[in-house]
Amino acid sequence: MTMATRSVVTSPQTYLQAQSRWHPLEIAFWLATLLPFVLFPDYLSLASQIAITALFALSLDIILGYAGIVSLGHAAFFGIGAYTAGLISKFGWGEPLTGLIIAAGLAGLVGFAISFIISRFRHFTLIMITLGLGLLAFEAANRAHWLTGGSDGLQGVSIWPVLGIFKFDLYGYTAYAYSLAALFVVFLAARQLINSPLGLALRGIRENWLRMPAIGADSRAHIRKAFTIAAALAGLAGALLAQTTENVSLESISFQRSADVLVMLVLGGAGRLYGGLVGAVIFMVARDQFSGIAPQYWYFWIGVLLVTVVMVLPNGIIGGLSHLYARWRRK
Amino acid sequence: MTPAPPPQGTFALSTRGLSKAFGSLLVAREIAINLPVGARYALIGPNGAGKTTLINLMTGMLAPNAGQIFLGGEDVTALGPQERVRRGLARTFQINTLFAGLNALEAVTLAVTERKGLAGQFWRSVGCYSEAIDEAYEILCKLKLGGSCYQVTRELPYGRQRLLEIALALATRPRVLLLDEPAAGVPQEESGEVFEAVAGLSDDLTLLFIEHDMHVVFRFASHIIVLVSGAIFTEGSPAQISADPGVREVYLGKRKHG
Repeated sequence: MTMATRSVVTSPQTYLQAQSRWHPLEIAFWLATLLPFVLFPDYLSLASQIAITALFALSLDIILGYAGIVSLGHAAFFGIGAYTAGLISKFGWGEPLTGLIIAAGLAGLVGFAISFIISRFRHFTLIMITLGLGLLAFEAANRAHWLTGGSDGLQGVSIWPVLGIFKFDLYGYTAYAYSLAALFVVFLAARQLINSPLGLALRGIRENWLRMPAIGADSRAHIRKAFTIAAALAGLAGALLAQTTENVSLESISFQRSADVLVMLVLGGAGRLYGGLVGAVIFMVARDQFSGIAPQYWYFWIGVLLVTVVMVLPNGIIGGLSHLYARWRRK
Repeated sequence: MTPAPPPQGTFALSTRGLSKAFGSLLVAREIAINLPVGARYALIGPNGAGKTTLINLMTGMLAPNAGQIFLGGEDVTALGPQERVRRGLARTFQINTLFAGLNALEAVTLAVTERKGLAGQFWRSVGCYSEAIDEAYEILCKLKLGGSCYQVTRELPYGRQRLLEIALALATRPRVLLLDEPAAGVPQEESGEVFEAVAGLSDDLTLLFIEHDMHVVFRFASHIIVLVSGAIFTEGSPAQISADPGVREVYLGKRKHG
């Protein structure tokens, strides 16, 4: 009955403003991301890979979690960003920040072009289209051996120090700080987007696609916008990986990567911003630990985890936790 | 019986020779309707007469095989549903088609931001758009939903969901509102509440509603159109319709089935 009493006290505007306010747990989460610097200095390169993967999952969450657009080819944009950032540096411009922006811009441009197809379809058709486009991108990168290095990977990437000061070190201090900063900035932007009128419209599309025209909405324009943003952010994540590892493998544009990011988002909980982040942490740590035990079979455990979470917690781990938290608050 | 086509622009909504077939089944036969500004029209007819189909044709959710639709004198036949909504033609649905996971305030605010062309903005929080929020809240209060506007739609009582249907339509600021059985599924003792809300809408809003309950129709409609097998059987004032022996035969006698 807290709902009823609150509705009397709060004005509609303060109610909506309160939804975008920072929760103490969020602040705790972001402070915790600094712990690897002191607690696990040997794992900083893993930590930076987690941050990059989390950013990639966040980009998928914008279209999947909020607009309900399932994509099985999201790695195409990650790969475009990775190859763009790698190639720019290979051909003489190793400045990281401009590299990021150019890579994100190019991925966004390709995403914008493709969004005209994406915005026309739903459900199964869409899954097949994105799968097909993802495979196309993979084979294109594979064929263009002269440019991408094909299955040998792109060699000779060399990145200048961040801001001209911080060199990428062997321990991964710079790599993690750089990736984490990028993740945080993108997260702030994504958070703003989700709480904006466009974010509300995307939720409307997810909740009832057919009703949107009846309130005068141009859903396709909204989807085009969201998809372009998501593609640019995926490209940014790819560029970060290329820059911090100074190498781009064909794996970065593979179907496996598209599938993995989907698994992470479902594990963590789609449509909640933090779902992708938590999913990425669990997935990457699990991969690191399980592949140490049995390198060939580590997906077995991811499979077990995925099936369990989907059956027990339909809204993912974050969904389950926030449900528990809401219950505890009501008591 | 059907008046000769008057000059364009005098009616809020009119149709000419509107026809639609699903395969060999004719669901709309040369329908000509003229809704004067501010009218309260009821559309009645036995099940399967094509009432909802007619609303779908008018709003652009179905494309007609022949005929035209005019909104305030403008031919909108070629326009899609959302363009018609933006020109002032709104509708509600017989079965709730709401945004289950949004609360009433969010849903109506969404509709208001869409109308104002703000829905593409992604740099400011929704909470900053005080005009849109105030307008949404005002609409909700008008329909007595102010007290439950923070409740998620799927948890609202059914009768309130029906009112939210109307609230969403009103948020588009329509000149013409088509209501497809606004009280469908609501217990009879509460259906009056929904129609009281409808009757309380502004006088310059043109209304067409589908309804099976003849008490409600006679109480709220100024004019009644009877549709049978996709064609206009007759139309007239409530007094004329209730005195028409033909209507009794095709419709009133069967109303228990409705």
